[in-house]
Amino acid sequence: MTLLSSAGSFTDATSSDASLHRFLHGLPGVDQVGVEQRAAGLGTRSIKTSAKEFAIDLAIRMVDLTTLEGSDTPGKVRALASKAMRPDPADQTCPPVAAVCVYPDMVPFAKETLGASGVRVASVATAFPSGRAARDVKLADVNDAVDAGADEIDMVIDRGAFLAGRYLEVYEEIAAVREACARPDGRSAHLKVIFETGELQTYDNVRRASWLAMLAGGHFIKTSTGKVQPAATLPVTLVMLEAVRDFREATGQMVGVKPAGGIRSTKDAIKYLVMVNETCGPDWLDPDWFRFGASTLLNDLLMQRTKMTTGRYSGPDYFTLD
Amino acid sequence: MANDPFDYAPAPESRSVVDIKSSYGLFINGEFVAGGGKSFKTISPSTEEVLSEVAEADADDVDKAVKAARRAYSRVWSRMSGAERGKYLFRIARIIQERAREIAVLESIDNGKPIKESRDVDIPTAAAHFFYYAGWADKLEHAGFGPDPQSLGVAGQVIPWNFPFLMLAWKIAPALATGNTVVLKPAETTPLTALLFAEICQQADLPPGVVNIVTGAGTTGQALVSHEDVDKVAFTGSTAVGRAIARAVAGSRKKVTLELGGKAANIVFDDAPIDQAIEGIVTGIFFNQGHVCCAGSRLLVQESVAEEVLERLKRRMGTLRVGDPLDKNTDVGAINSDRQLQRIRELADVGEAEGAGRWSPTCDLPDHGFWFPPTIFTGVSQAHRIAREEIFGPVLSVLTFRTPKEAVEKANNTPYGLSAGIWSDKGSRTLWMAGQLRAGVVWSNTFNKFDPASPFGGYKESGYGREGGRHGLEGYLKGGQ
Repeated sequence: MTLLSSAGSFTDATSSDASLHRFLHGLPGVDQVGVEQRAAGLGTRSIKTSAKEFAIDLAIRMVDLTTLEGSDTPGKVRALASKAMRPDPADQTCPPVAAVCVYPDMVPFAKETLGASGVRVASVATAFPSGRAARDVKLADVNDAVDAGADEIDMVIDRGAFLAGRYLEVYEEIAAVREACARPDGRSAHLKVIFETGELQTYDNVRRASWLAMLAGGHFIKTSTGKVQPAATLPVTLVMLEAVRDFREATGQMVGVKPAGGIRSTKDAIKYLVMVNETCGPDWLDPDWFRFGASTLLNDLLMQRTKMTTGRYSGPDYFTLD
Repeated sequence: MANDPFDYAPAPESRSVVDIKSSYGLFINGEFVAGGGKSFKTISPSTEEVLSEVAEADADDVDKAVKAARRAYSRVWSRMSGAERGKYLFRIARIIQERAREIAVLESIDNGKPIKESRDVDIPTAAAHFFYYAGWADKLEHAGFGPDPQSLGVAGQVIPWNFPFLMLAWKIAPALATGNTVVLKPAETTPLTALLFAEICQQADLPPGVVNIVTGAGTTGQALVSHEDVDKVAFTGSTAVGRAIARAVAGSRKKVTLELGGKAANIVFDDAPIDQAIEGIVTGIFFNQGHVCCAGSRLLVQESVAEEVLERLKRRMGTLRVGDPLDKNTDVGAINSDRQLQRIRELADVGEAEGAGRWSPTCDLPDHGFWFPPTIFTGVSQAHRIAREEIFGPVLSVLTFRTPKEAVEKANNTPYGLSAGIWSDKGSRTLWMAGQLRAGVVWSNTFNKFDPASPFGGYKESGYGREGGRHGLEGYLKGGQ
């Protein structure tokens, strides 16, 4: 069960379905009561004054501002992209968010507005959100997004294959998508691997999926699509943070974590940051290694930010709705 | 965490909610009265600031308190119906909830424990005990102790300083529910929340004399337990004092329950849910600065994973925040007294002298007050004093084992037997282990969990009798034991 085995053994682990199964099921179990208690305990940290200011700005910089609706239009996406660059038009000191997250066909419009602002474009792909399509269809979906200029690809794993125990199939699909993220110029889009933890259900599954995605080369592991309840939760994210921490210990490589869906308030966001800080350490307190997939969270962060600087709460009308 | 970019700013809980008087008398027959004896100072262990001057009850004061309790017993409390007694207990429980913040802050000031612990554990659990036993008050004939169980009379109760308010609740709630009256002596270093409880009794209109609080040190406790009109002695504290009490009451009619020391084994198997086990080890020994009789002070870890467990444990210990008990982010507070600090230092030095490897994370300790960093000793064997004696501080001794049988042998190889923890994903082995361990409480994949419905108590030198649950009623009813 020793996790800290050499990186070499990981190659063996992925050599066949059977060995991958053995490896993933040999990971230490997760005790549900214990992990939920730990997450709740970290949630009681009291983050005030200077620490709160630091956390709010960091959280803003970590937001993947998201719109994933059937009703999305170029206009909607352009507006969202503008907001991503200048979340608070009234305050020049407010940092931009990390990325805008959209469907593949919306990537060009987001790209056009964001230009060289530094805010990235993330695109969901692989028959998001269900992932129920043939592999070549999923890869075509990825290629479209990459060709359109997406900097980051948020793929969904095949939960059906995972729950049926066909781990190698899931592994190979992630690896194939990772390959499809490559561009001719050598710059590869970053790959985020979505588990849809609400469908995996157990913490043991979340830990296994985390290792599977990291072994397959995912740059980020992400909880949810936002289309299934429950989406991100603190204990699920804790299990994923423990996995990336252990993975770095074993291989030296850092992998990012992105909880997505259901994080709406500053208070919640700060709980996540405390958890990152006390589980993985300050190295992960950076938009390169931790993101929030969210839409309404940003305005609450802005409202709290204004409260910190002015000492007053202002109404929702003082913050843009995009 | 000096270079931590996410530096948690101080988040102190306000002290304004408590009102500490400059001096306190004794609570006898429903009133605060001046004692005939001397007085003593109670200090805040985190700053050494003098908080208040408290009366030290002498033998005459104790006698008055016992007489008041006897009067209240024969005239009021023993004649009252269970349902009526229950109403008072429910009322007390609700007042504890209403005044929870005040009690928690006062407890942290007087005891030195972190506010998050008094706020989230001690005081809510104390209220839960009153609620739980309030429910039993009118159902005693269904508790399995005969058709018409009878109360004993006056209970003399002596409680320790580690969980002052919670231990008070453990003692008083079952005593009153079963129809007894009480004279309680809190520990000399932590009298303040018991005196606040006296105010709560007044607020609840509890008939005078049903609860009496006499403050003082060992002599006061001795006077109480050896008083001839006391029918029941309940004590939580050290094994040495417990022995002395057992001797003092031997041959008398007094019924006795003792909850004494411990040296619990926290047993980690190679198939344990490792991250949660690390949390359990930390909770087991660093919760309440290790001032816990059931603390998991001996870590028994399977040799095949010992190195990894230690690495992870050390990393986790590096995130423990030691300091101001009233800061809401403090994980480990102050040692309760200078005397206890000396005891911990002495035993830690012995551990080093005996050749065990000592390790603590770097942490800045405050200049004033009594502090000891979270500490582990590796390479400890059963022959080391730190593996045998109760340290009652944030000091963990790490031992290894190879097989379940060896784990059981080592876990049981102690004069104590209060608690144990087992960490494993294999349910069948956990159940087998639980049957083999001679400990009153065995936790599986958790540690230091308390619930009023669950009985608590020891084997061997950890004492006798059970507190909590249906079993906790027996110690306050005639018959049995």
